Amino acid sequence: MTKKPVQFQLNGSPVAVFSDEGQNLLDLLRRGVGDLSPKYGCGQGTCGSCTVIIDGEPRLSCLTLAETVEGQHVETTNGLANGPDLHALQEAFMENFAAQCGYCTPGMLMAAKALLDRTPRPSRAEIVEAISGNICRCTGYEPIIDAILAASGQPTRRTG
Amino acid sequence: MAIHKGRGFACINYPIGMNLGGDPSQALVHSTPDGKFMVSLSSIDLGQGMKSVTRQIAAETLGVPVSDVYVDTADSDTGPHCMGSFASRGTHRVGNAVIRAATEARKALLEAAAEELEVNATDLETDGQGNIQVKGAPGRTITVADTAIAAQFKQGRTLSGRGIFLIPPSDVDPDTGEMTPVSCFAHAALVVDLEVDDETGEVSVTEINSAYEVGRALNPRLVEQQLIGGAWMGVSHALYETTEPYYPDRSHGPVDFNTYLMPGPGEVVNHNIAVLERPAEDAPFGGKGPGEMCANPVLPAIANAVYNAVGVRCDTLPITPEKVLRGILANGGARPQGAR
Ligand code: FES
Ligand code: FES
Repeated sequence: MTKKPVQFQLNGSPVAVFSDEGQNLLDLLRRGVGDLSPKYGCGQGTCGSCTVIIDGEPRLSCLTLAETVEGQHVETTNGLANGPDLHALQEAFMENFAAQCGYCTPGMLMAAKALLDRTPRPSRAEIVEAISGNICRCTGYEPIIDAILAASGQPTRRTG
Repeated sequence: MAIHKGRGFACINYPIGMNLGGDPSQALVHSTPDGKFMVSLSSIDLGQGMKSVTRQIAAETLGVPVSDVYVDTADSDTGPHCMGSFASRGTHRVGNAVIRAATEARKALLEAAAEELEVNATDLETDGQGNIQVKGAPGRTITVADTAIAAQFKQGRTLSGRGIFLIPPSDVDPDTGEMTPVSCFAHAALVVDLEVDDETGEVSVTEINSAYEVGRALNPRLVEQQLIGGAWMGVSHALYETTEPYYPDRSHGPVDFNTYLMPGPGEVVNHNIAVLERPAEDAPFGGKGPGEMCANPVLPAIANAVYNAVGVRCDTLPITPEKVLRGILANGGARPQGAR
């Protein structure tokens, strides 16, 4: 199998790795780079748990050919916190009990971050749209929607 | 062709755990040499909050800050036995085992502190902030950390405790069939409002109102979280998810998330929850836990609301548009049952 060198920015730091032929980005991140924060849910683009941000756009890393991120900026949940300081979205997910088993959480966080980076005060409908490709089995979505509203400084259904 | 509104009601008595084989769970508690406490369990936290609740229970029983307690649920090979995280038994069964283990560990903690302070252990109390003091003489005090250090390095004593909770076995009376399979029940009542489109057969839930009696809500936010997520799953079972053997046969069964239907974030409805606290006598600090019953009453309430809306009684799940339309057809049209 031919290996291809790939260089990209991962959460602001340069990364240089070899990708296998046909390897997807999720696999490269988890096995090649050792960033286990994006999760493997379905491997076919239907669950959203592998969501990462590539050059500002939310992308399903399981459907992204690894070598195509050459020269691009990739963001994962691992890069959200700044040392001990959690990202506003992480704080809001905690405060709003937006995770139970937590399997969907990294994907939800990245989908939400891509939204807030673009639209700092999204409407509820925009939030629903942004996470509509992310499946959660536990929370009933409401706490996640609330968390994203809270992270963008808006009232939630809970706080009115 | 019209949209019909319907309202349905359901209530539930839900057994906490099951009494087969006594339904036992064990807990072990020990202190580290710096006065933190470790709770070892084999009970799994799959997101329902087992670790949070047992941590609270252990801290409360030990008389130490929550931040000084760790819960390890790592491994059923190395941990004490637990029947498992199912049957809504976690808070009640495991919580009771933790209370017993923590009570024994607290006894050892106070005995070690008594030796250091040269008083009787029964004269000691904890302040919940990490200190142990002589009752009525708050000046005579030792920290939990110093007590643990003394126990470990001077007294040669472990600050530890064992706990098991086992329900008395209940056999079936051969004459009457009578037995006591369950010792503790939680309760709920739930109202669903929905709309049925008599042209497409589609059912859309518009609001859920519920009241849950779960003993004392040991962690109110976790209880609420369970009830919100569980109701969503109830809606999903009632209207979306098809299980074996599938309709009309197995070859139509879902094979991935594209074909296994579940409501998404766009289908979330307002759910108003009232939690009634009636601490249960045999439950840890009165808490029974919401468990599985947070999904259950949603199903019959939706079925009843569909009947109320269009007069169609669906007795199989999920309540698909096809079943609703066939029902309407068989009745010669939608038959709204009206408000009651
Ligand atoms: S793992 Fe990529 S969408 Fe499910
Ligand atoms: S928290 Fe379990 S899948 Fe979302």
